[in-house]
Amino acid sequence: MSTRPTHEQDVRVQQAVGNLLRAGVLLAALVVLAGGVLFLLRHGGEVPDYRVFHGEPVDLRGFAGIVRDAFSGSGRGLVQLGLLLLVATPVARVAFTAIAFAYERDRTYVLVALLVLSLLLKSLAG
Amino acid sequence: MNTLAFSATIAAASFCAGFLGSLTGLGGGFIVTPLLTLVFGADIRYAIGASLISIIATSSGAAAAYVKEGFTNLRVGMVLEIATVVGALIGASLVAVFPTRALTVTFGTMLLVSAYLTTRPRPEQQSADLVPDRMAARLHLDSEYPTSEGPSRYSVRNVPGGFALMWLAGVLSGLLGIGSGAVKVLAMDQVMHLPFKVSTATSNFMIGVTAAASAGVYLRHGYVDPGLAMPVMLGVLAGSMVGARLLFGARTARLRLLFAVVIVVIALEMIYHGAFGRG
Repeated sequence: MSTRPTHEQDVRVQQAVGNLLRAGVLLAALVVLAGGVLFLLRHGGEVPDYRVFHGEPVDLRGFAGIVRDAFSGSGRGLVQLGLLLLVATPVARVAFTAIAFAYERDRTYVLVALLVLSLLLKSLAG
Repeated sequence: MNTLAFSATIAAASFCAGFLGSLTGLGGGFIVTPLLTLVFGADIRYAIGASLISIIATSSGAAAAYVKEGFTNLRVGMVLEIATVVGALIGASLVAVFPTRALTVTFGTMLLVSAYLTTRPRPEQQSADLVPDRMAARLHLDSEYPTSEGPSRYSVRNVPGGFALMWLAGVLSGLLGIGSGAVKVLAMDQVMHLPFKVSTATSNFMIGVTAAASAGVYLRHGYVDPGLAMPVMLGVLAGSMVGARLLFGARTARLRLLFAVVIVVIALEMIYHGAFGRG
């Protein structure tokens, strides 16, 4: 069992994890906002209808399609790319926490973080 | 109503969802889903996709502040994430065999009872003569959080009990797709005896991971529509950042009351959906 972590170590991990979350969220928000502006400029006057479920086009369901659409200047593609970044933020946070605890030599919590990460990746893949 | 007005209305309501969700640790799905289905008549599948996005946005938007200020107990959050993610995996695999409607009604009724439990005030710090929890000591879970009188130390109780309840929260969220934040706060507050603000901030931190685990599946099935998710995400994010600024100064008794009111709303929604079907 590792020795009791100091308060300073905890604060360093907190600051690092907090900064990563903030950066991920702001980046995702900027991409969604850019896509949203494009989308509203082109389609803002149309009447939305979500009553019947059609499902999204195949392009907007997977990573490769979303990236392709986003870079071809589609507003909806850009929004979807931003949403992918948003979903990736908590996952990146878990991976990053493992690194931060490794840096502070807290082996127990490196293991905890890696266990959460592997479970999370399993459910994302499944 | 055209798309511009539609987006603006959803963004405004989502702002409230993010605000309440960040203060209570419950996410904002309980506002987004009924708004989209009951008010705008959207198909429940689009609403589920947008609601998952709102939970991740609330969680990450507020968590940055809560983690840096020291409200979130990172270690408690990470240990309990093991339980919730394992539970969610099991829950999702049981969807086909369980009578989810009956379960939703039962769970909603249980939440009504627990809403009453949370309004009973409890001292924010336990007396020092209590025997320390062995697991909490081994895992270095005890910590401190900011109060207006400076940092306040707290210790964590009944880690196995909290872990078990958290596993159940994961199973339920995998099975029903809703309500996991409520059990998370209750487990930390009622079972592990964390200060209330630490419970809501740590729940808020964890719900993003739980929601991200299911978001991949829903995205692949085409539930996440960019036109709907865009105003939801931006509105919720702004609301959660504003809410996170207020946690420090908020009075705990008021937060408990707010939490209880929201839990009652969630419980009634669940009972309604369970009894009349949610599509």
